[in-house]
Amino acid sequence: MKYDNRAWLFLVPALAVMALSAFIPLMTVVNYSLHYIFSGSIPEFVGFANFVDVMRDSAFRGALGRQLLFSVSILAVEIPLGIAIALSMPKKGIGVAISLVLLGIPLLIPYNVVGIVWRLFSQSDIGLIAEVLSWVGYEYNVSLDPVDAPVTLFLLDVWHWTPLVALLSYAGYLAIPDAFYRAAEIDGASRWKVFRFVILPKLRPVLVLAFLLRFMDSFKIYAEPLLLTGGGPGNTTTFMSLFVARKAQSYELGYAGAASLIYLFIVIVMSYIFFQLLNKLGSGESQKA
Amino acid sequence: MATIQLIDVWHSYDLEEGKTKDPQYAVENINVTYENGLAVALLGPSGCGKTTLLKIISGLTTPSKGRVLFDGKDVTELSAKERHIAQVFQFPVVYDSMNVYGNIAFPLANDGVDSDTIRKRVYEVAEILEITSLLKVPAGKLNPADKQKVSLGRGIVRPDTAAVLLDEPLTVIDPKAQWGLRRKLKQVQEELDFTMIYVTHDQHEALTFAEQVTVMQVGKIDQTGSPKELHENPESMFIGYFIGSPGMNMMESSVDEEGTVKFNGTSFKISKKLAAQLLEHGNEFTFGIRPEYVQLSPEKTKNAVSGVVKLVEDTGAYKIVTATVDTLDVKSRAPEDMSISEGDTAWLSFPEEEVKFYKDGKKVI
Repeated sequence: MKYDNRAWLFLVPALAVMALSAFIPLMTVVNYSLHYIFSGSIPEFVGFANFVDVMRDSAFRGALGRQLLFSVSILAVEIPLGIAIALSMPKKGIGVAISLVLLGIPLLIPYNVVGIVWRLFSQSDIGLIAEVLSWVGYEYNVSLDPVDAPVTLFLLDVWHWTPLVALLSYAGYLAIPDAFYRAAEIDGASRWKVFRFVILPKLRPVLVLAFLLRFMDSFKIYAEPLLLTGGGPGNTTTFMSLFVARKAQSYELGYAGAASLIYLFIVIVMSYIFFQLLNKLGSGESQKA
Repeated sequence: MATIQLIDVWHSYDLEEGKTKDPQYAVENINVTYENGLAVALLGPSGCGKTTLLKIISGLTTPSKGRVLFDGKDVTELSAKERHIAQVFQFPVVYDSMNVYGNIAFPLANDGVDSDTIRKRVYEVAEILEITSLLKVPAGKLNPADKQKVSLGRGIVRPDTAAVLLDEPLTVIDPKAQWGLRRKLKQVQEELDFTMIYVTHDQHEALTFAEQVTVMQVGKIDQTGSPKELHENPESMFIGYFIGSPGMNMMESSVDEEGTVKFNGTSFKISKKLAAQLLEHGNEFTFGIRPEYVQLSPEKTKNAVSGVVKLVEDTGAYKIVTATVDTLDVKSRAPEDMSISEGDTAWLSFPEEEVKFYKDGKKVI
């Protein structure tokens, strides 16, 4: 077999875009992570010392722990809630359009606007949330209370992104051919079994997608905590990207570079593990005959 | 296992949706009985109502009018499950999240059968379907033909299944696997003596599978009979050209007392007795004859009409000769060794006993 090397020419534009948008910036970060950088401009090569510093830093571990807790919580709520909404949506008629528009609204609002809207909601003096909670005697204060702030962010994320899971699930749900329900009816399956053995397996591809999208996206959450409380009170809403950005902004470029790479590594590894797990889960491989 | 009887069944989807004004009927005036243990085919072009009829038999649709009896018992209002009907769908339906064993065991597990009985029964069914080696394979990973077998397996695993309905089960199966699956279906039907109703628009599938074929056209049953009956004695012109390849030759004609059948500027003779019988129904008929029965000769023969050979299609086993009689094409089947070529003059004769006469699409004699 003779190869025609001119084929590579066709890849040049794509490779150029990739290089500019991903590869070159990433290499810059790798470069930073291996140096101490004095006054923001004088580098000294230090090997992996920055990585060791990051791993030993309790502030980094704290941010990572908060991040994991946050991502796991929103996934645990958004996925089941999204499926439930999708299954209870009307399948035809005017109701379809209404529910699609209602679900679409949160998705259309940019991150920073969402942050500002919720910041207004959560003002302790004029905010809607504080007002409503005061009726039941709860004193809500997002800028002082270490529980109120992360919980508010959690609610914000659920409000903002559950519709995405619902829309994806709805599309998957509508695509299930009628014959599957008829077969299940003939086979005498209960409603739970229809959900468990017909609907859920058919939704699996879209759920894997929704799960990974929500995991990666929530792991990158930045604008919302920044606008709501600026990462506070204390550092209770300082998640990974906010933490790394703070370090870069304070000219600890070497440290920030190393933290970014560890952060990237965690996201890639966890996404890969989730992807593998979700694809095996319920594929009938582990069943005995 | 059951004898299935449909009595004066009509169904309209308009009525189902509540439109009572001028309802369109998907099937009308259906009266048919399928004996227990019979292999039946429902044959007809797309949109003729055969799937509606299948749904009515299976209990997924309640007919607007009429009754469905299983072994003489009225089941019109019963659901598919209560009727013990199994169905194999056009697109293979398997439960992806279970393996083959889990799939076949599913109906029994839902019925609350104990696991030892289930295991025994699943292995029996797998044995019949020759899929024992696949029992541990996830159902989603099977090829379409094996998925259809699993689907059939779920249908026959319940010992009290009344009938198995197959809705164009070979549609998505590649041609090579079709033959094997069709043979398997037939074999299962014969071994287990289940009533099986096979819906298809493919006459070849229908005629090779079924002992009894119901041919449908725009919502009505045209004829129910054995493949031989349909072939030799089509009750309507529709069946004449729908069944058989090529279909029946059909020619507009007029008949007189002398037994002269005139068509397209030429004529041949039939017996005076037959002519007299025909004349009771008028003198304009469409006569039909299967290509197999048209006698073709290169030399002039008695009572033959002449035509010019337009096309010779050699199938290897025989030749299909299209001859033009004036402006009309008549197809006939000629022996492989007959030397005839395009442009030749050929003599065609129509044996009286094989000629069918139709009026308004229905057979007269």
